[in-house]
Amino acid sequence: MQELAQQVVSGLASGSIYASMALALVLIYRSMNVINFAQGEMAMFTTFIAWQLVQQGLPLWAAFTATIAVAFVGAVLLERIVIRPVERAGPLTIVIVTLGLLITFNGLAGLFWGYVIKSFPSPFPAAPINIGGVAFSSQDVGIILVSLASLGVISLFFAKTKLGLAMRAAALYPAASQVLGIRVSWMLALGWGLSAVVGAISGMMVAPVVFLDPNMMQGIVVYAFAAAVLGGVESPLGAVVGGLILGVLLNLLGTYVEFVGTDLRLAVAFAIIVAVLLIRPAGLFGRVSVARV
Amino acid sequence: MFISSKQLIGSVAAAFALVLTSGATSPLVAQSVPGVTATEVVLGGLHPCSGPASAYCTIGKGAAAYFAYVNDKGGVNGRKITYKDLDDAYSPPQAMQLARQLVEQDHVFAMFNTLGTPSNTAIRPYLNQNQVPQLYVATGATTWAHDSSQYPWTIGWQPDYQSEAIIYARNLLKVAPNAKIGVIYQNDDYGKDYLAGLHKGLGPKSSLIVKEVSYETTDPDVSSQIGQLKASGADTFFIFATPKFALQSLVIAAQQSWHPTIYLNNVSANDVVMKGATEKGGATATAGVISVGYLKDPLDPRWANDSGLALFKQIMAKYAPGVDTSNLFYMYGCGAAYTMVDTLQKAGRDLTRQKLMDAAIHLNEANNPFVMPGIVVQTTPSNHFPITQEQLAKYDNGRFVPFGSIIDARPIIASESK
Repeated sequence: MQELAQQVVSGLASGSIYASMALALVLIYRSMNVINFAQGEMAMFTTFIAWQLVQQGLPLWAAFTATIAVAFVGAVLLERIVIRPVERAGPLTIVIVTLGLLITFNGLAGLFWGYVIKSFPSPFPAAPINIGGVAFSSQDVGIILVSLASLGVISLFFAKTKLGLAMRAAALYPAASQVLGIRVSWMLALGWGLSAVVGAISGMMVAPVVFLDPNMMQGIVVYAFAAAVLGGVESPLGAVVGGLILGVLLNLLGTYVEFVGTDLRLAVAFAIIVAVLLIRPAGLFGRVSVARV
Repeated sequence: MFISSKQLIGSVAAAFALVLTSGATSPLVAQSVPGVTATEVVLGGLHPCSGPASAYCTIGKGAAAYFAYVNDKGGVNGRKITYKDLDDAYSPPQAMQLARQLVEQDHVFAMFNTLGTPSNTAIRPYLNQNQVPQLYVATGATTWAHDSSQYPWTIGWQPDYQSEAIIYARNLLKVAPNAKIGVIYQNDDYGKDYLAGLHKGLGPKSSLIVKEVSYETTDPDVSSQIGQLKASGADTFFIFATPKFALQSLVIAAQQSWHPTIYLNNVSANDVVMKGATEKGGATATAGVISVGYLKDPLDPRWANDSGLALFKQIMAKYAPGVDTSNLFYMYGCGAAYTMVDTLQKAGRDLTRQKLMDAAIHLNEANNPFVMPGIVVQTTPSNHFPITQEQLAKYDNGRFVPFGSIIDARPIIASESK
């Protein structure tokens, strides 16, 4: 029983890592209907910036805030300079450009900071928490809370602010939005900026757990894709729920299903996701898209 | 392709003539050996200086510094060593292309200390087909020795992963014969090599292992695996993992309030891992962690007055100025290069690839100044494991402190290598 509780808690902690990254993927998808494959590498890169600022002697929270600002401005500029020229070229072109960005950011991080793993300071206390024999760190709790907080802020932003509404409109009906005076192209840039901020937060939350190196996000982003698709790639709530389900599912499969074990748990978990998508193609929380023909 | 019978007869005759003349005059043979002239011998190397494993780049630099030192002393048998060390970025396809370049364009005499199990596995068939010696590869996989009948031109240098695990097992059986063992290993050849060694070392006592869990290199973290090991009731924890996952294992075990006796593979027993784990998991995360060593650690005060360490520092200061000599990888490079020079020396003035290989499988080097005294770099035609001796060390107060005598895994590992 104690082991079961431990595995569920560990699963929720890992799941919140996938969830926080999945949120960033969903944000981009909502603003331009394309997955940004460089999302993970952008998060890693901004985390390195935060690490560098801390090394320079900046207090942790100041470094966090500065990094978030850098991430926002950097991503908006990136969109203006790199994505804008191919904005109308179709999704495939944009996907290829984001793949190029992935390789570029990975290489640049290696060039600037090297490949030796670095430990990243945690904003939460280091002492483990132990409740009834189930142990976890305050970092784990922190990631879950920060993911939920990001989810809350994002949901409010899209539901209650004019800017959020304009962004949704620009993504869903670009031509109509243009006519109504929404600057569709700038809404896209804003989408990039926001998702980079969520990515940066995610990177800075997971780095204390998985340790920082240029390949830090490569494993995580695959799980985040899976989490986003499972939850419904348009739904921020779905991203978080999908991430948590994936984390717990992996742990339980690896621990309790004898023939699966730690070797096969990833393959089996993904097979289960495929099965779920066969029944609900739009994901658990996704809206079924209807096109008028 | 069409060859007329006249051409065929002509070429056969020419070949005969060549055989006759070459048999008569031996200098002609020496000249026809690639990469060897009267004053020079060319060696090729591959080390990752970019990409994920670029921390190993320094090994090549250490070896190059030692060769430069030997050259200034007059070289080997009157020949200076030219070491063409290229960057393969730890990528097997690049390693393959660069190996071809080194053999076919640069005409190297032999390959020396190419790094990484994947890269060496990729280039091994090509080098063996062309009968180019692939000496002292920088990886601890057992295949270099175990598959030597199929690939006779390839040999390793450092202790293999199985030997290391055997040494841990022998120590454990002595100090805690009723231990309950939990193992985490990387789910590939590297991790499985260690696991196989542990089973061999424990022999009939393999039943002491209560739980084995694996991780994939794509796993974000190993908290689930550590939770399983803790729940299994294990009191001894073997970590067969690369630095990132070893670091996580140490930290997460401490965070889950699991405090077993820990054996950590040499691959990850370095400053980055131990300091990182102490910082995140507290002093209890790393206190008493057991690993092994075989090189003279420049940070170990035992060697403060050692002539080998003095030579190392002198060589690095002159031929690789400004580098951090506390980095053990430079020592590794010098140690492997010492064995290479020794092998060239033994192969003799009249150098051929076959003679070099013969020398490499008749090593008996008790005086390598860069490895711990008492360790003999030794091979025989039936035993292709150059180093099988290591000394255990325990992490205490910021560094690994060696303890006990030097342990030899050869009796167990060699009986397997027929």
